[in-house]
Amino acid sequence: MPSVTESVATAGTGLPLQARPARPRARRRRILGTGWALAVGIAAALVIVFPLVWMFTTSIKPESEIISAHPGLFSATVTGSNYVQAWQAIDFPRLFMNTVIFAGGVTLLSLTFDSLTAYALARLDFPGKNVIFVLVLITLMLPFQVNLVPLFLLLTKLHWVNTYQGLILPRATNAFGIFFLRQFFLSIPKELEDAARVDGASDFKIYRSIVLRMSVPALLTLGLFHFMYNWNDLLWPLIVSTNSSMYTLSSGLALFLGQHVIQYGLIMAGSVLAIVPMVIAFLLIQRRFVESIATSGLR
Amino acid sequence: MTASPLARPTGRVARMKAPFATRLRRRRILVAYTFMLPSLVVLGVFMFYPLIRAAVLSFTNYSVFGAVKYVGLANYTTLLQSHQFWGDLVNTVYYAGVTTPVSVALALGLALLLNRRGLPGRGVLRAAIFLPAVVSLAVAAIPFRLMFTPSIGLITYWLGLIGVHSTDWLDSTTLAMPAVIIVGIWKDVGFYMVIYLAGLQTIPPEFYEAARIDGASAWQRFRNVTWPLLSNTTMFVTIIALIASFQAFDQIFVMTQGGPAFSTETLVMLIYRTGFQNFQMGYASAIGYVLVLIILLFSLFQMRYFNRRAIRY
Repeated sequence: MPSVTESVATAGTGLPLQARPARPRARRRRILGTGWALAVGIAAALVIVFPLVWMFTTSIKPESEIISAHPGLFSATVTGSNYVQAWQAIDFPRLFMNTVIFAGGVTLLSLTFDSLTAYALARLDFPGKNVIFVLVLITLMLPFQVNLVPLFLLLTKLHWVNTYQGLILPRATNAFGIFFLRQFFLSIPKELEDAARVDGASDFKIYRSIVLRMSVPALLTLGLFHFMYNWNDLLWPLIVSTNSSMYTLSSGLALFLGQHVIQYGLIMAGSVLAIVPMVIAFLLIQRRFVESIATSGLR
Repeated sequence: MTASPLARPTGRVARMKAPFATRLRRRRILVAYTFMLPSLVVLGVFMFYPLIRAAVLSFTNYSVFGAVKYVGLANYTTLLQSHQFWGDLVNTVYYAGVTTPVSVALALGLALLLNRRGLPGRGVLRAAIFLPAVVSLAVAAIPFRLMFTPSIGLITYWLGLIGVHSTDWLDSTTLAMPAVIIVGIWKDVGFYMVIYLAGLQTIPPEFYEAARIDGASAWQRFRNVTWPLLSNTTMFVTIIALIASFQAFDQIFVMTQGGPAFSTETLVMLIYRTGFQNFQMGYASAIGYVLVLIILLFSLFQMRYFNRRAIRY
């Protein structure tokens, strides 16, 4: 890009700026541009949010209006009966609890195990370090679906099908988590640790009271990722739980749909109830969410 | 034979030092492996052992019924001759080949749009576009399935109002795939947009000022400043988008179950159906390995491309 480097050079040498006269026109153009951007942005946001809005408005419509020949977004009559029926047909407290235990358990264990390993890989010197790091990188690229069958057979042998440990433990460590935290730990300056080491602090103490404490943002980001991914996952809970008492929100709803596809209002109410916890969590810590995803992409 | 008197004390020091150093070294190794123990156990038991087991299974006719027999490469040769497999591979490539570029391009466009300073309501718009990323795709696919159902859904109805008469998308072998692709793009575009927004933050504003002084048009500024400086972000987003789309499952499971006539069945759907509905677990493992091979090939290819093109400033 010669033009860019050139212009940077001229700006740097402080040559007189010549592109001044067109200012009012430029401003008008910018306002026009902003208006245009706003219109497109609003249109895109509406299109994207629409299915979720429709899901909600349909869930409060009486069944007769849902199947009308001229479907609209809103209805004249509002009813809560779909929610009452959905609540009776699906054991929501149970699904919710299962999902919290599954996603929360994976998140806590994985953060602990991943950070311990990442500390060793970032800070300690030992034979086999490169081999382990390469293994982690390979794992990062493997699609987990290849392991579905042997994992299911293993869980069957352990009698872990339809158990929380069966859902959680196979996910208790995560290659991306190890890789992500290792990169982060490497960026932490070493001086503080060296001082602590001179004072006789053990590695575990340094890990816990220096490295972890300085990595809170990275841990929160990773935790959010793990939690969101597992909360929303379908295939893994579908395989591990064959009993409806062990379903998560995603697998429970997906399987429920198979049996009740004709009761539209009921299904929509159920879907709203399944999605609402995550949407509320998002609205509460929206900034954190967006920042987390942003920083993970930078690496 | 006899060492010089001067050498003896140093020899003794060295002898005394050696075990101490070894002890220290052993201790350090012990500490390191203790730190990694939980992860190594989990990875070993739930990742590498199953990976080997899957390879072994793929050479057997393992199913929950009947005796297990080694069948050599039979699963793989059956696979390569199976229309089902090739059809599903084509479906997977179709899904990934459309979903990846479209969602990456849309994400870039939206990021550029919502990166404008002084755009009112920027935060709200970003949050709205990002929202699908936090909801479960399996659950969000349920309203989509109903929206595509002609008797109640708005999509067919509204298309009818503007004169486009279409049948039930999800019941059509040509339209079912576009329908699940739309849902896949809908889910991820906001996520990729946020990564792009972060990438845009790293471009120094002086570059744009300089380009503007040079009289560069908006397109030229994009072409010569934004696009090359975002190449790392684009690579990152493309790789994760491609890997994710090769593993598409959730919305397809909910909306079409792979139908009609297997027109939306992807490789992951095939693994699930073969292994957990038909219980041909040896055969399913062989399909799993083919998926691994495809994804590794793509990743390596992209990484090479990435390394060649990586631009650092």
